[in-house]
Amino acid sequence: MNYCNVALKPDEKAIYGLRELYLRHGYRHYKVGKFEEYDLYAANKSFLKGDSILSFTDTDGKLMALKPDVTLSIIKNIDDKDGAVHKFFYNENVYRTSASFGGFREIMQTGLECIGEIDTYSVCEVLTLAEESLRLIDENCILAVSHMGFVSGLFEECGFDEVEAREALGYISSKNSHALREMAKGVNATEKVIEALDFAARFYGTLGNALKTMKGFCFNERISEAYSELLDVCEAIEDKELYADFSLVNDMNYYNGIIFKGYIDGIPDSILSGGRYDSLVKKMGKSSGAIGFAVYLDLLERFYKENDEGSIDVLLVYGKDTSPSEVARKARELVGNGLSVRVLSADDGKKYAVKMKI
Amino acid sequence: MKKMINIALPKGRLGQKAYEMFEKAGYECPSIHEENRKLIFENEEKGVRYFWVKPSDVVIYVERGAADIGIAGKDIILEYSPDIYELCDLGIGKCRMAVAAKKDFYDDYGKTLRVATKFPNIAKKYYKAQSREIDIIKLNGSIELAPILGLSDVIVDIVETGKTLYENDLEPKETIVPISARLVANKVSYKFKNQEISELCDRVCAELVE
Repeated sequence: MNYCNVALKPDEKAIYGLRELYLRHGYRHYKVGKFEEYDLYAANKSFLKGDSILSFTDTDGKLMALKPDVTLSIIKNIDDKDGAVHKFFYNENVYRTSASFGGFREIMQTGLECIGEIDTYSVCEVLTLAEESLRLIDENCILAVSHMGFVSGLFEECGFDEVEAREALGYISSKNSHALREMAKGVNATEKVIEALDFAARFYGTLGNALKTMKGFCFNERISEAYSELLDVCEAIEDKELYADFSLVNDMNYYNGIIFKGYIDGIPDSILSGGRYDSLVKKMGKSSGAIGFAVYLDLLERFYKENDEGSIDVLLVYGKDTSPSEVARKARELVGNGLSVRVLSADDGKKYAVKMKI
Repeated sequence: MKKMINIALPKGRLGQKAYEMFEKAGYECPSIHEENRKLIFENEEKGVRYFWVKPSDVVIYVERGAADIGIAGKDIILEYSPDIYELCDLGIGKCRMAVAAKKDFYDDYGKTLRVATKFPNIAKKYYKAQSREIDIIKLNGSIELAPILGLSDVIVDIVETGKTLYENDLEPKETIVPISARLVANKVSYKFKNQEISELCDRVCAELVE
């Protein structure tokens, strides 16, 4: 039976749409439990961006946590010794804190992970699926990409230490080119490097255009590698319009290559976020690489403006003397005609297309 | 079709000055000068819609996308660390965030320092970098009273000329960071309204150089 157009809300349709998209591309559903051992998160706390973890003690005294993230669980359980590329998608609730919410909240998240020997094709496939995921939610969308290699390569040129790199990363992510320029001058960076930093902070446009300028900034191997990877991707998926925005940054300890974020016009936050996280996989004792993304479906709640007032076609009000069987017969008849019906003993004053008395 | 840009201006002198810059850059909105109770002022032809909000709320409007861009003091940005773009230093509303105390204040490192401020996050970060133990007293106004009445040892506050401080037997002791007004933007609006916002930013910043 196809429920799609009657019973599903737009965000639920999106969930099923995404699931179908990933299944069609050969990704398998990965189901993880609600709970995970606390140690897994404690060891990778900064990957979770400082989020608190909802923990409890299990019956055997072990400290457990309600999952704040799915990626870590999948990496932990993957056996990558066979050298094959594993492709999974998930659709799970995760538990994270939100400052504005004043405590923990349950967030519905869908995402996919591609773990193993990642080549250019895998990167392109994941980027294409990210773009198609956005398009499935709304046509008016943007997928912006960046490369951590470019940014960290520029920092390498400046000779920034870890603390300085973190500060500079903050300036890039807020497009504060003024402060970044001051900082680079402070460490006697060359004019050309300063120009490149300025570009990294300020540029926003198509990936193709970004690459034309970036070509002149290949000061070291790291940047050259980032440039050629982005170039390969740009050429391979020329039918999709990708944007470049180097102000997208992520923790350098976990993400090492391409990173990307997806936006929908009307949602003031990124709804999709992902990237290459070989460093995280290696940190967890595996030898392969990985790329993946997550879609934050909770953000869709505000995006779809429909409400359910007036969504029921008929209000059927029965009197005291009407027999229950007669009410049931009438209700069935209306439902049989394809209408939605609410049966009450008195008018509740709400909006209906038709109100009937029996 | 040209997209409208929603602009959050901080109520007060800084906002007025910032609006004048927008006006000079060609984004005028004459209805803003009318005396009435309207909250939103629009000039469809120029593609701008202005509204006045409490200075500390500008970053909230921008972060949540109710405003595409806004004018916010660096003090507010540092205090709330919103996830927004800081596109340009407008060079107006210049002042500094400073530590001030009574003129005869003696800093006893053996004691926890009591700090009264409207900016607890900035104060905490500043003293944390010095590994100094502090007791934060969050106030919402008349900060200068705190050391006079013995409520705190020092205050962390904005200092423009220092006149209020000197008149009350206080003086600035250390500068934490220089402050000025910034043109800020929502990260998503910046993408979907890139052409409009970039053009506005360039034209307003061009005014700076002149």
